[in-house]
Amino acid sequence: MSNTKLYLYPVWLRIWHAINALCIILLGITGISMQYTNIESPLINFNSAVSIHNLVGVIIIASYLFFFIAGIISGNVKHYRLLFKGLLNRLFKQGEYYLFGYLKGEPKPFHITKEEKFNPLQKVSYVAAMYVLVPAVIITGVALLFPEMIIEKFYTMSGIRLTTFFHSLAGFFILIFLIIHLYVITIGKHPLKNFKSIVNGYHES
Amino acid sequence: MKIALPIKFVIICSFLFLIHQIVQAQDNEEKIKMPESNNVCLNCHGHKYFSFYNENTEINERKLMNPYFVIDSISYLQGAHQGHSCIDCHSEDYGVYPHIAELKIEPKLTCVDCHDFEAIATEVKKSVHMEAFGEFFQCELCHDPHSNKLVKSDMAELVRYNNNRCLNCHNDVDKYQVFTSHENPQLLVTHDWLPNQALHFAHVRCIECHTAVTDTADAVHHIVPKEQAVKNCNECHSENSLLRDKLYKHQLKEDRSEFNFYKSFIINDAYIIGANKNYYVNLISLLIFGLTFFGILTHTIFRIIKRK
Ligand code: HEM
Repeated sequence: MSNTKLYLYPVWLRIWHAINALCIILLGITGISMQYTNIESPLINFNSAVSIHNLVGVIIIASYLFFFIAGIISGNVKHYRLLFKGLLNRLFKQGEYYLFGYLKGEPKPFHITKEEKFNPLQKVSYVAAMYVLVPAVIITGVALLFPEMIIEKFYTMSGIRLTTFFHSLAGFFILIFLIIHLYVITIGKHPLKNFKSIVNGYHES
Repeated sequence: MKIALPIKFVIICSFLFLIHQIVQAQDNEEKIKMPESNNVCLNCHGHKYFSFYNENTEINERKLMNPYFVIDSISYLQGAHQGHSCIDCHSEDYGVYPHIAELKIEPKLTCVDCHDFEAIATEVKKSVHMEAFGEFFQCELCHDPHSNKLVKSDMAELVRYNNNRCLNCHNDVDKYQVFTSHENPQLLVTHDWLPNQALHFAHVRCIECHTAVTDTADAVHHIVPKEQAVKNCNECHSENSLLRDKLYKHQLKEDRSEFNFYKSFIINDAYIIGANKNYYVNLISLLIFGLTFFGILTHTIFRIIKRK
């Protein structure tokens, strides 16, 4: 079988992805450090963690806006459109492939094309990450940058406390996404094959 | 008529809220009466203006009351000394007007004439206030006996009330300069290093940072020199936050268990980065992290086995 090369990740997407990945890692480390800070042995000095988290937070807002707008202009957003009909079936099929088929060396159930660059599981997790979790973390994060503006009380709960809860919840699941994302990209002919694609833009099969 | 479920939910919630408010209002209605004998004094000292019949000129005169001598009868009735008569502490001889001049320089009853404040006095003696003003510095400068009370339940009110004790002088040039020739401190400027200043001011007391850190409750009376005030964010923003020994001391005493999800997530009405940790949330997040890694590890092992 001849090797086919598909150009799936244009330059802007790769640049965004690199910046985004770096920001998320920094935000994750500083975020965890702040949450579990301890005066005797802070992971990162508290004040620096706060400053880095704030600065990188602002960068990732810009980066997300770029992803959002560039996605629409370039048409990349079409890969994030979920077709609900039969979705569960497709997810199940892809899950089965990762759990069993792949290990047995069976062929992929969904082939990567220029029109469909994500398999169903990728699609759902990328939509969840990019159109649910990241926006949620950004909206709550912006609110927390200006905490005086948050409503003081939501019935008996502190508004700020509620906002931080959703902020850390979304942040937590982004980190879980990242861990799974990092593992799943190693599933392929060669563990580093997909990684190469997001660097040079070409998907090889 | 069919009502949509969300609307029903909103109606029921509003109804419950209303009942809650009514019950609360009734709780507050218990009335305390002003001692009868106080009426003589409050007749004049309860108002911004007072009137009296001047026998020399034979006319009714109306005058401005010295604002520092006005007693707010509502605060009085809410204060710890609510049942007391003015003459419990002030001389009975004030009953005539004009007041007898000598009364002004006669020694008054002080707090320690009734209260045993030995331990507190020890701490006050170490305070910067004492160093600067010596024996001039009396309890009532911070704890106005006409209104002083212990606020315990509502955190926001507790903080506001406590901070007003300090601001009473530190934010009032006239009062401040009774004791010092210093200029009034510019509080907003001297605290401009504090991020989200307004929130800090509304949610923690001045004494969190400006008093000695020990675990005796009386130590809040030991105000330290400004150079020694807490300035390291981590002192409060940390698992072993010093607020545990200060602002939240009472609350924590009442609820020592860290397993109380409801208390620690909902009742606490402030969020302190680094100090609001919840046992269950920690457990669940560790569990999810663990499961993720476990899943990945298992898959990796199968990949390695199958490759051979
Ligand atoms: C060091 C960290 C990361 C590495 C090495 C990495 C690697 C990759 C690779 C190899 C791909 C292409 C394979 C594929 O399509 O599945 C990819 C795509 C993608 N990654 Fe990551 N990633 C990282 C972090 C992140 C983070 C933090 C996020 C989001 C929070 C993210 C979101 C995405 C998205 C949305 C795509 C699809 C982009 C598109 O084609 O539209 N990645 N990543």
